[in-house]
Amino acid sequence: MGYLEGFGVTFRKWGEGVTTKQYRAGKAKDGEAPAETDQKRPKPPRAHGRHVLNRYEDGMEKCIGCELCAGVCPAKCIYVRGAENPPEDPKSPGERFGFIYEINYLRCIHCDLCVEACPTEAITETKLFEFSFTNRDDAIYTKDELLVGEDGRPQFLPWEDWRPGEDQFTSGWMRATAPGGRADYENRVAWSGELGYGVRAPEAGQAHEDPEPVEDSHGDDHDDHGGHH
Amino acid sequence: MLDNLQENGLGAIEHNFVTGKLEDLVNWSRARSSWPATFGLACCAIEMMATGGSHYDLARLGMEVFRASPRQADVMIVAGRVSQKMSPVLRQIYDQMMEPKWVISMGVCASSGGMFNNYAIVQGVDQIVPVDIYAPGCPPGPETLLHAIHTLHEKIESGELMNRKAGTGAGIVVEQRDGQGESHLISLGRK
Repeated sequence: MGYLEGFGVTFRKWGEGVTTKQYRAGKAKDGEAPAETDQKRPKPPRAHGRHVLNRYEDGMEKCIGCELCAGVCPAKCIYVRGAENPPEDPKSPGERFGFIYEINYLRCIHCDLCVEACPTEAITETKLFEFSFTNRDDAIYTKDELLVGEDGRPQFLPWEDWRPGEDQFTSGWMRATAPGGRADYENRVAWSGELGYGVRAPEAGQAHEDPEPVEDSHGDDHDDHGGHH
Repeated sequence: MLDNLQENGLGAIEHNFVTGKLEDLVNWSRARSSWPATFGLACCAIEMMATGGSHYDLARLGMEVFRASPRQADVMIVAGRVSQKMSPVLRQIYDQMMEPKWVISMGVCASSGGMFNNYAIVQGVDQIVPVDIYAPGCPPGPETLLHAIHTLHEKIESGELMNRKAGTGAGIVVEQRDGQGESHLISLGRK
Protein backbone atom coordinates (compact mmCIF):
# COMPACT_ATOMS: atom_id res chain seq x y z
CA MET A 1 0.00 0.00 0.00
CA GLY A 2 2.92 2.29 -0.66
CA TYR A 3 0.92 4.64 -2.80
CA LEU A 4 -1.29 5.62 0.14
CA GLU A 5 1.79 7.06 1.83
CA GLY A 6 2.24 9.19 -1.25
CA PHE A 7 -1.27 10.52 -0.90
CA GLY A 8 -0.50 11.13 2.75
CA VAL A 9 2.35 13.46 1.80
CA THR A 10 -0.05 15.40 -0.39
CA PHE A 11 -2.60 15.80 2.34
CA ARG A 12 -0.02 16.71 4.97
CA LYS A 13 1.34 19.47 2.74
CA TRP A 14 -2.14 20.81 2.11
CA GLY A 15 -2.27 23.10 5.10
CA GLU A 16 1.29 24.37 4.96
CA GLY A 17 0.61 27.28 2.71
CA VAL A 18 2.36 28.43 -0.45
CA THR A 19 6.13 28.51 -0.72
CA THR A 20 6.21 30.50 -3.93
CA LYS A 21 7.64 33.99 -3.76
CA GLN A 22 5.90 36.13 -6.32
CA TYR A 23 9.08 37.74 -7.55
CA ARG A 24 8.38 39.93 -10.58
CA ALA A 25 11.48 42.12 -10.76
CA GLY A 26 9.42 45.18 -9.88
CA LYS A 27 7.67 44.88 -13.25
CA ALA A 28 4.19 43.70 -12.32
CA LYS A 29 1.83 43.71 -15.24
CA ASP A 30 -1.80 44.76 -15.13
CA GLY A 31 -4.10 42.22 -13.60
CA GLU A 32 -1.39 40.40 -11.67
CA ALA A 33 -0.99 40.18 -7.93
CA PRO A 34 -0.31 43.50 -6.17
CA ALA A 35 3.15 44.92 -5.90
CA GLU A 36 3.60 44.22 -2.18
CA THR A 37 3.81 40.50 -2.93
CA ASP A 38 6.69 41.17 -5.33
CA GLN A 39 9.34 40.03 -2.89
CA LYS A 40 12.84 38.67 -3.04
CA ARG A 41 14.02 35.70 -1.10
CA PRO A 42 16.44 36.63 1.72
CA LYS A 43 20.07 36.43 0.69
CA PRO A 44 22.59 34.22 2.50
CA PRO A 45 24.94 36.14 4.83
CA ARG A 46 27.92 36.00 2.47
CA ALA A 47 26.13 36.30 -0.85
CA HIS A 48 28.18 38.00 -3.54
CA GLY A 49 26.52 40.52 -5.78
CA ARG A 50 27.52 43.45 -7.91
CA HIS A 51 30.55 45.48 -6.92
CA VAL A 52 30.91 48.98 -5.59
CA LEU A 53 33.94 51.22 -5.46
CA ASN A 54 34.10 52.79 -2.02
CA ARG A 55 35.06 56.24 -0.84
CA TYR A 56 36.44 57.65 2.39
CA GLU A 57 34.16 59.84 4.46
CA ASP A 58 35.69 62.99 2.98
CA GLY A 59 34.74 61.86 -0.50
CA MET A 60 38.20 60.66 -1.56
CA GLU A 61 38.26 57.46 -3.56
CA LYS A 62 39.78 54.43 -1.93
CA CYS A 63 41.06 52.94 -5.16
CA ILE A 64 44.75 53.60 -5.66
CA GLY A 65 45.01 52.02 -9.10
CA CYS A 66 47.34 49.19 -8.07
CA GLU A 67 45.61 46.73 -10.48
CA LEU A 68 45.87 43.83 -8.03
CA CYS A 69 42.18 43.10 -8.55
CA ALA A 70 42.68 42.89 -12.30
CA GLY A 71 45.66 40.61 -11.77
CA VAL A 72 43.86 38.18 -9.49
CA CYS A 73 40.62 38.05 -11.47
CA PRO A 74 40.24 34.50 -12.86
CA ALA A 75 37.78 35.61 -15.52
CA LYS A 76 39.86 38.66 -16.48
CA CYS A 77 36.80 40.85 -16.30
CA ILE A 78 38.37 43.87 -14.56
CA TYR A 79 40.24 46.55 -16.43
CA VAL A 80 42.05 49.12 -14.31
CA ARG A 81 44.56 51.79 -15.18
CA GLY A 82 46.29 53.77 -12.49
CA ALA A 83 47.58 57.30 -12.86
CA GLU A 84 49.44 59.83 -10.75
CA ASN A 85 47.16 61.92 -8.61
CA PRO A 86 46.94 65.50 -9.84
CA PRO A 87 48.51 67.50 -6.98
CA GLU A 88 45.97 70.30 -7.10
CA ASP A 89 42.93 68.02 -7.18
CA PRO A 90 43.80 64.59 -5.75
CA LYS A 91 41.24 61.84 -6.25
CA SER A 92 42.64 59.49 -3.63
CA PRO A 93 44.83 59.99 -0.55
CA GLY A 94 47.81 58.12 -2.01
CA GLU A 95 50.12 58.90 -4.86
CA ARG A 96 48.02 57.22 -7.47
CA PHE A 97 44.38 56.67 -8.25
CA GLY A 98 42.45 54.44 -10.62
CA PHE A 99 41.43 56.66 -13.49
CA ILE A 100 39.86 53.83 -15.48
CA TYR A 101 37.93 51.12 -13.69
CA GLU A 102 35.71 48.80 -15.67
CA ILE A 103 34.08 45.49 -14.77
CA ASN A 104 32.48 43.36 -17.44
CA TYR A 105 29.50 41.68 -15.81
CA LEU A 106 29.21 39.27 -18.69
CA ARG A 107 32.48 37.77 -17.48
CA CYS A 108 32.47 38.37 -13.73
CA ILE A 109 31.83 35.18 -11.76
CA HIS A 110 31.47 36.98 -8.40
CA CYS A 111 34.25 34.99 -6.74
CA ASP A 112 35.24 37.98 -4.59
CA LEU A 113 38.96 37.43 -5.19
CA CYS A 114 39.23 41.10 -6.17
CA VAL A 115 37.76 42.07 -2.81
CA GLU A 116 40.28 39.90 -1.03
CA ALA A 117 43.15 41.26 -3.04
CA CYS A 118 42.32 44.93 -2.62
CA PRO A 119 44.77 46.51 -0.15
CA THR A 120 42.56 49.50 0.62
CA GLU A 121 39.19 47.75 0.52
CA ALA A 122 38.22 50.03 -2.30
CA ILE A 123 36.22 47.37 -4.10
CA THR A 124 33.62 45.40 -2.20
CA GLU A 125 30.43 43.67 -3.18
CA THR A 126 26.84 44.39 -2.43
CA LYS A 127 24.25 41.66 -2.41
CA LEU A 128 22.39 42.87 -5.47
CA PHE A 129 22.07 40.00 -7.91
CA GLU A 130 18.87 40.86 -9.75
CA PHE A 131 19.94 42.53 -12.95
CA SER A 132 19.97 41.70 -16.63
CA PHE A 133 20.97 43.49 -19.78
CA THR A 134 19.47 44.01 -23.17
CA ASN A 135 22.81 44.76 -24.80
CA ARG A 136 26.46 44.21 -24.11
CA ASP A 137 27.29 47.85 -23.51
CA ASP A 138 25.15 48.00 -20.39
CA ALA A 139 27.02 45.03 -18.97
CA ILE A 140 30.35 46.87 -18.82
CA TYR A 141 30.22 48.96 -15.68
CA THR A 142 32.53 51.93 -15.77
CA LYS A 143 33.94 53.77 -12.82
CA ASP A 144 31.09 56.28 -12.91
CA GLU A 145 28.60 53.50 -12.33
CA LEU A 146 30.60 51.51 -9.77
CA LEU A 147 31.65 54.38 -7.52
CA VAL A 148 29.34 55.05 -4.58
CA GLY A 149 27.49 58.32 -4.71
CA GLU A 150 28.02 61.40 -2.60
CA ASP A 151 25.92 59.89 0.18
CA GLY A 152 28.10 56.76 0.29
CA ARG A 153 25.48 54.49 -1.22
CA PRO A 154 25.66 52.42 -4.37
CA GLN A 155 24.16 53.88 -7.49
CA PHE A 156 20.90 52.42 -8.69
CA LEU A 157 21.06 51.70 -12.39
CA PRO A 158 17.90 51.33 -14.47
CA TRP A 159 18.44 47.64 -15.23
CA GLU A 160 18.97 46.69 -11.60
CA ASP A 161 16.27 45.76 -9.12
CA TRP A 162 17.13 47.49 -5.85
CA ARG A 163 14.71 47.37 -2.98
CA PRO A 164 14.64 49.84 -0.09
CA GLY A 165 17.36 49.06 2.43
CA GLU A 166 19.28 46.70 0.19
CA ASP A 167 22.12 49.14 -0.26
CA GLN A 168 22.99 48.43 3.38
CA PHE A 169 24.00 44.84 2.81
CA THR A 170 27.53 43.83 1.96
CA SER A 171 29.26 40.48 1.71
CA GLY A 172 31.80 39.03 4.13
CA TRP A 173 34.97 37.35 2.95
CA MET A 174 38.12 35.53 3.97
CA ARG A 175 41.04 37.87 4.20
CA ALA A 176 44.04 37.02 2.09
CA THR A 177 46.32 38.82 4.53
CA ALA A 178 46.11 39.09 8.28
CA PRO A 179 44.50 42.37 9.29
CA GLY A 180 46.93 44.65 11.06
CA GLY A 181 49.74 42.17 10.44
CA ARG A 182 48.66 39.87 13.25
CA ALA A 183 49.42 36.32 12.24
CA ASP A 184 46.72 35.00 14.57
CA TYR A 185 44.12 36.12 12.11
CA GLU A 186 45.68 34.62 9.05
CA ASN A 187 43.26 32.51 6.98
CA ARG A 188 40.42 33.20 9.37
CA VAL A 189 37.17 34.62 8.23
CA ALA A 190 37.48 38.18 9.34
CA TRP A 191 34.50 40.40 8.87
CA SER A 192 35.29 43.34 6.73
CA GLY A 193 31.99 44.97 6.01
CA GLU A 194 33.02 47.97 4.00
CA LEU A 195 30.45 49.49 1.74
CA GLY A 196 30.37 53.08 0.72
CA TYR A 197 31.46 55.03 3.78
CA GLY A 198 32.61 53.17 6.82
CA VAL A 199 31.97 49.63 7.97
CA ARG A 200 28.69 47.81 8.18
CA ALA A 201 27.81 45.84 11.27
CA PRO A 202 28.15 42.13 10.51
CA GLU A 203 25.04 40.13 9.89
CA ALA A 204 24.46 36.72 11.38
CA GLY A 205 27.03 34.25 10.15
CA GLN A 206 29.38 36.83 8.71
CA ALA A 207 31.71 37.41 11.63
CA HIS A 208 34.10 34.70 12.71
CA GLU A 209 32.85 34.76 16.27
CA ASP A 210 29.29 35.91 16.24
CA PRO A 211 28.92 38.37 19.11
CA GLU A 212 25.15 38.28 19.11
CA PRO A 213 22.93 36.16 16.94
CA VAL A 214 20.93 38.57 14.87
CA GLU A 215 17.23 37.70 14.77
CA ASP A 216 16.40 38.67 11.23
CA SER A 217 19.35 39.45 9.06
CA HIS A 218 17.12 41.10 6.49
CA GLY A 219 14.86 43.12 8.72
CA ASP A 220 14.53 46.85 8.67
CA ASP A 221 16.80 47.36 11.66
CA HIS A 222 19.82 48.11 9.46
CA ASP A 223 19.59 51.84 9.70
CA ASP A 224 23.01 52.15 11.36
CA HIS A 225 24.27 53.50 8.07
CA GLY A 226 27.89 54.52 8.18
CA GLY A 227 28.36 53.57 11.80
CA HIS A 228 31.50 52.03 13.36
CA HIS A 229 33.97 54.37 11.73
CA MET B 1 -3.90 46.75 -50.57
CA LEU B 2 -4.97 43.27 -51.61
CA ASP B 3 -2.44 43.16 -54.42
CA ASN B 4 0.21 44.24 -52.00
CA LEU B 5 -0.87 41.48 -49.62
CA GLN B 6 -0.55 38.86 -52.31
CA GLU B 7 2.94 40.00 -53.14
CA ASN B 8 4.39 40.65 -49.72
CA GLY B 9 2.25 38.62 -47.35
CA LEU B 10 1.57 39.93 -43.90
CA GLY B 11 4.50 42.32 -44.16
CA ALA B 12 2.34 44.48 -46.41
CA ILE B 13 -0.15 45.32 -43.68
CA GLU B 14 0.12 48.95 -42.74
CA HIS B 15 -0.79 50.13 -39.31
CA ASN B 16 -4.22 51.48 -38.61
CA PHE B 17 -6.43 51.52 -35.53
CA VAL B 18 -7.38 47.87 -35.95
CA THR B 19 -3.89 46.49 -36.34
CA GLY B 20 -2.62 48.66 -33.51
CA LYS B 21 -4.98 46.97 -31.06
CA LEU B 22 -4.28 43.62 -32.71
CA GLU B 23 -0.62 44.14 -32.07
CA ASP B 24 -1.30 44.85 -28.41
CA LEU B 25 -3.34 41.68 -28.15
CA VAL B 26 -0.79 39.51 -29.90
CA ASN B 27 2.08 40.89 -27.83
CA TRP B 28 0.03 40.41 -24.68
CA SER B 29 -0.58 36.77 -25.46
CA ARG B 30 2.97 36.15 -26.61
CA ALA B 31 4.39 37.53 -23.39
CA ARG B 32 2.11 35.37 -21.28
CA SER B 33 2.81 32.00 -22.85
CA SER B 34 6.36 32.05 -24.09
CA TRP B 35 7.42 28.45 -23.78
CA PRO B 36 11.12 27.88 -23.34
CA ALA B 37 13.16 25.36 -25.26
CA THR B 38 15.38 23.21 -23.10
CA PHE B 39 18.93 24.19 -23.71
CA GLY B 40 20.63 23.47 -20.42
CA LEU B 41 24.32 22.95 -21.10
CA ALA B 42 26.00 23.22 -17.72
CA CYS B 43 25.52 24.32 -14.13
CA CYS B 44 23.22 27.20 -15.16
CA ALA B 45 20.67 24.55 -16.08
CA ILE B 46 20.41 23.60 -12.40
CA GLU B 47 19.40 27.16 -11.59
CA MET B 48 17.00 27.09 -14.52
CA MET B 49 15.40 24.00 -13.03
CA ALA B 50 15.23 25.73 -9.67
CA THR B 51 13.41 28.59 -11.33
CA GLY B 52 10.84 26.11 -12.57
CA GLY B 53 10.44 24.68 -9.06
CA SER B 54 7.79 25.66 -6.58
CA HIS B 55 9.81 28.37 -4.80
CA TYR B 56 10.00 30.55 -7.89
CA ASP B 57 7.42 28.86 -10.09
CA LEU B 58 7.80 29.70 -13.75
CA ALA B 59 4.22 28.52 -14.23
CA ARG B 60 2.90 31.84 -12.95
CA LEU B 61 4.51 33.40 -16.04
CA GLY B 62 3.05 30.76 -18.35
CA MET B 63 6.52 29.34 -18.94
CA GLU B 64 6.48 26.04 -17.09
CA VAL B 65 6.49 23.81 -20.17
CA PHE B 66 10.08 23.36 -21.22
CA ARG B 67 9.64 21.99 -24.69
CA ALA B 68 12.00 19.37 -25.97
CA SER B 69 10.80 20.08 -29.49
CA PRO B 70 12.01 23.40 -30.89
CA ARG B 71 8.85 23.61 -33.01
CA GLN B 72 6.80 24.28 -29.91
CA ALA B 73 9.20 26.64 -28.17
CA ASP B 74 9.29 30.43 -28.25
CA VAL B 75 12.21 31.29 -26.01
CA MET B 76 15.57 29.59 -26.00
CA ILE B 77 17.30 29.93 -22.65
CA VAL B 78 20.93 29.12 -23.39
CA ALA B 79 22.00 28.00 -19.94
CA GLY B 80 25.66 27.18 -19.76
CA ARG B 81 28.86 27.25 -21.71
CA VAL B 82 28.60 26.55 -25.43
CA SER B 83 31.51 24.59 -26.78
CA GLN B 84 32.60 24.94 -30.37
CA LYS B 85 31.22 21.47 -31.07
CA MET B 86 27.86 22.39 -29.59
CA SER B 87 27.48 25.61 -31.54
CA PRO B 88 26.10 24.11 -34.79
CA VAL B 89 23.61 22.12 -32.73
CA LEU B 90 22.52 25.28 -30.97
CA ARG B 91 22.15 27.11 -34.23
CA GLN B 92 20.09 24.28 -35.66
CA ILE B 93 17.75 24.25 -32.68
CA TYR B 94 17.36 27.99 -33.07
CA ASP B 95 16.65 27.67 -36.78
CA GLN B 96 14.05 25.01 -36.12
CA MET B 97 12.16 27.21 -33.71
CA MET B 98 9.18 29.00 -35.20
CA GLU B 99 9.04 32.75 -35.45
CA PRO B 100 8.59 34.70 -33.29
CA LYS B 101 11.50 33.48 -31.18
CA TRP B 102 13.68 34.98 -28.53
CA VAL B 103 16.94 34.05 -26.89
CA ILE B 104 18.02 34.59 -23.30
CA SER B 105 21.74 34.14 -22.76
CA MET B 106 21.84 32.84 -19.21
CA GLY B 107 25.08 33.15 -17.30
CA VAL B 108 28.44 34.59 -18.12
CA CYS B 109 29.66 31.53 -20.01
CA ALA B 110 26.87 31.75 -22.56
CA SER B 111 27.11 35.53 -22.69
CA SER B 112 30.83 35.94 -23.22
CA GLY B 113 32.66 32.73 -22.44
CA GLY B 114 33.03 33.80 -18.82
CA MET B 115 36.14 32.47 -17.18
CA PHE B 116 36.61 29.89 -19.94
CA ASN B 117 38.56 32.09 -22.25
CA ASN B 118 39.99 29.25 -24.33
CA TYR B 119 39.77 27.55 -27.69
CA ALA B 120 37.02 25.15 -26.74
CA ILE B 121 34.30 27.56 -25.65
CA VAL B 122 32.38 29.97 -27.86
CA GLN B 123 33.13 33.45 -26.56
CA GLY B 124 29.56 34.61 -26.48
CA VAL B 125 26.54 32.81 -27.86
CA ASP B 126 25.51 35.98 -29.69
CA GLN B 127 28.10 35.10 -32.27
CA ILE B 128 25.79 32.26 -33.29
CA VAL B 129 22.24 33.40 -32.53
CA PRO B 130 20.80 36.87 -31.90
CA VAL B 131 20.48 37.30 -28.15
CA ASP B 132 17.73 39.46 -26.66
CA ILE B 133 18.54 39.42 -22.95
CA TYR B 134 21.79 38.69 -21.14
CA ALA B 135 21.57 37.43 -17.56
CA PRO B 136 24.86 37.90 -15.68
CA GLY B 137 26.17 35.73 -12.88
CA CYS B 138 27.98 32.46 -12.49
CA PRO B 139 25.43 30.99 -12.33
CA PRO B 140 22.61 33.51 -12.21
CA GLY B 141 20.28 32.80 -9.35
CA PRO B 142 16.64 32.08 -10.05
CA GLU B 143 15.80 35.68 -9.30
CA THR B 144 18.36 36.89 -11.81
CA LEU B 145 16.85 34.61 -14.43
CA LEU B 146 13.38 35.83 -13.48
CA HIS B 147 14.61 39.40 -13.87
CA ALA B 148 15.86 38.51 -17.33
CA ILE B 149 12.55 36.83 -18.17
CA HIS B 150 10.59 39.85 -17.01
CA THR B 151 12.83 42.11 -19.03
CA LEU B 152 12.20 39.87 -22.02
CA HIS B 153 8.45 40.06 -21.43
CA GLU B 154 8.67 43.83 -21.38
CA LYS B 155 10.50 43.65 -24.65
CA ILE B 156 7.95 41.30 -26.19
CA GLU B 157 5.07 43.51 -25.11
CA SER B 158 6.65 46.62 -26.54
CA GLY B 159 7.75 44.86 -29.72
CA GLU B 160 6.33 45.15 -33.19
CA LEU B 161 4.28 42.39 -34.65
CA MET B 162 6.09 41.81 -37.90
CA ASN B 163 9.57 43.12 -37.31
CA ARG B 164 12.40 41.37 -35.56
CA LYS B 165 15.29 43.14 -33.96
CA ALA B 166 18.50 42.96 -35.89
CA GLY B 167 21.10 41.00 -33.96
CA THR B 168 24.39 42.66 -33.29
CA GLY B 169 26.54 39.55 -33.61
CA ALA B 170 28.58 40.77 -30.64
CA GLY B 171 29.80 43.55 -32.90
CA ILE B 172 32.00 41.12 -34.77
CA VAL B 173 32.76 41.87 -38.37
CA VAL B 174 34.42 39.21 -40.48
CA GLU B 175 36.43 40.01 -43.54
CA GLN B 176 35.43 37.55 -46.21
CA ARG B 177 37.94 36.91 -48.95
CA ASP B 178 37.42 34.62 -51.89
CA GLY B 179 40.77 35.31 -53.48
CA GLN B 180 39.13 36.57 -56.65
CA GLY B 181 37.78 40.03 -56.15
CA GLU B 182 37.85 42.50 -53.32
CA SER B 183 37.22 41.31 -49.79
CA HIS B 184 33.88 41.97 -48.15
CA LEU B 185 33.20 42.93 -44.57
CA ILE B 186 30.35 40.83 -43.21
CA SER B 187 28.69 41.56 -39.89
CA LEU B 188 27.69 38.44 -38.01
CA GLY B 189 24.51 40.14 -36.93
CA ARG B 190 21.21 39.23 -38.46
CA LYS B 191 19.97 41.64 -41.06
